[in-house]
Amino acid sequence: MNRTLLLEVPEPGQQVGSPILNIAIFGVFVAITMVVVFWASRNNKSAADYYAAGRNFTGPQNGVAIAGDYLSAASFLGIAGAIALNGYDGFLYSIGFLVAWLVALLLVAELLRNTGKFTMADVLSFRLKERPVRLAAAFATLAVVFFYLLAQMAGAGGLVALLLGVTDPTQQGIVIAVVGALMILYVLVGGMKGTTWVQIIKAVLLIVGAAVISFWVLAKFGFNFSSLLDAAVARAGEGGQALLEPGKQYGKSDLSRLDFISLAIALVLGTAGLPHVLTRFYTVPDGREARRSVVWAIWLIGIFYLLTLALGYGAGALVGPDVIAAAPGKGNSAAPLLAYVLGGEILLGVISAVAFATILAVVAGLTITAATSFAHDIYANVIRKGQVNPDGELKVARITVVVIGLVAIVGGIFANGQNIAFLVALAFCVAASANLPTIIYSLFWKRFNTSGALWSIYGGLTSTIVLIIFSPVVSGKVDPVTGTSLSMIKDTAVDFHWFPLDNPGIITIPLAFVLGIVGTFLSKEPPHPEKFAEMEVRSLTGAGSEKAVTH
Amino acid sequence: MSDLQAEEPAETAYQRVERSEEFQGLKRTFRNFVFPWVAIFLVWYFAYVLLANYAHDFMSTRIGDSSITVALVLGLGQFASTFAITMLYASWANKKFDPHADALREEIEGENR
Repeated sequence: MNRTLLLEVPEPGQQVGSPILNIAIFGVFVAITMVVVFWASRNNKSAADYYAAGRNFTGPQNGVAIAGDYLSAASFLGIAGAIALNGYDGFLYSIGFLVAWLVALLLVAELLRNTGKFTMADVLSFRLKERPVRLAAAFATLAVVFFYLLAQMAGAGGLVALLLGVTDPTQQGIVIAVVGALMILYVLVGGMKGTTWVQIIKAVLLIVGAAVISFWVLAKFGFNFSSLLDAAVARAGEGGQALLEPGKQYGKSDLSRLDFISLAIALVLGTAGLPHVLTRFYTVPDGREARRSVVWAIWLIGIFYLLTLALGYGAGALVGPDVIAAAPGKGNSAAPLLAYVLGGEILLGVISAVAFATILAVVAGLTITAATSFAHDIYANVIRKGQVNPDGELKVARITVVVIGLVAIVGGIFANGQNIAFLVALAFCVAASANLPTIIYSLFWKRFNTSGALWSIYGGLTSTIVLIIFSPVVSGKVDPVTGTSLSMIKDTAVDFHWFPLDNPGIITIPLAFVLGIVGTFLSKEPPHPEKFAEMEVRSLTGAGSEKAVTH
Repeated sequence: MSDLQAEEPAETAYQRVERSEEFQGLKRTFRNFVFPWVAIFLVWYFAYVLLANYAHDFMSTRIGDSSITVALVLGLGQFASTFAITMLYASWANKKFDPHADALREEIEGENR
């Protein structure tokens, strides 16, 4: 098939592209965004500027930035690769990731914007005991951010290997450190405003890039999607038909099917609990703009995921699963390899720069969220009990940025080589278990109280982390064909897993919802009808919500 | 967070609004629209997930003599329904919800000043 299309396809394992060109194109991106970040940060004065960009972004701008934040390396590289290798099952990720936005749109975005200030904990502490719930919410936020950061930085490692021809782990580590250092600089200088602009630029590049490649792929097949599928099937050789059917990855056994349901629950309920998505709702002037931003985000994200179908099957058809599986970074290299086959070194350079930009921007968004949560929730409100001057709080936020940046670099070096779509799925599971039940209860359930929130957050968080530690993800999963380990712990002799599923969402998410109810009824805390009245009225009408900063 | 704490334990302005017929109507409007739609898209999503998981043969049926499967069509259906519910909600909120919410908001913010 490939030969007839006259495309130069690399041999399995062959190094492709020109590292210098890739670095040069990425360098141009960094230079442009750096100028924008400095320009955007000239008005950064108050905490609302640093944490929430002065609440001055418009709905459409914020919608593009949300897409930039959400379409991480996992979406771009991970899903395209999953479709190329596992066909239809890869597409199932994108469906969950997209439908999840309806939860955010209908139940969370506007109400959260109307009642909070900078973080999810603001909404919870509205009517619950402030210090314990802030601390719990901040822990949950930091845990989600940690998993998500690991996923992004792990992707960076694979990308470095593929694009720069760096296979030595130490040298890969150095490149990861450079990416991390750049990110720290962006966030320190630009705060939320700079970060948002980086995300906007990156989202536009990513969506345009994906659209160009998809168009190119479809053009090769006379804009007949069915012929593209046929080509992917033919290129995969024996058993290729399975690419078009559900179940290639998850249909192997009853257990793997259960795992898929678990994943599907975590995906659809995770988005509305992701802290870096929640903080984005505070960067617009009011609830109505928050709604507009989600509408924009849903369209952009949906269109992008439709494009990943062409990217994934295109990579399967034009590059071939054997070549992808043999490349450094495996599935994650499908999209860059497709770019190389279509447009040679230059398109590969552009797409790699976009992929690096994606990692950079998402990591920046995660870092500012974690820093906001630590400085605003833990430092200012728990440790200093609200007795803190804004400069002190911002200083703590900036120190936190550096610390998280360092954690990301070290974590990225260790997580190098893990499957990124999968690590992101774990982050979604923590978000859906630890954050979402409490957000929903505190917005909609009058009787809900502090004890319910603590039970739900800590219960959801610890059950998820414990089940992950004792799952096949961490130890004991062995590839039946090659005999090598598929777990985080590469030594196959170490096996302490007893929980059978990769994704614990099917247990932990319902558990966290139930714990919220149990905890609430076990507590004798007197209700605060006046607080709930204020919250309910504010959440629906937008009265008294935080205003945009005027300069 | 509250600028009304001084008035405790007497009924706060927000509690007066909460009890009002207008606010209860607004809350009803909101919940009557949002909750059923949340139920609809969740049921449709999980029906789809279960089909992909347990109705392998049905989902693998090819449409006509193309390589497009039922699974792909239903998957694209998830995209279509997500876009449709998004636009439905946005237009409902702009036309039916915002005017009432704005009226109440102005009333409250006027009262607090």
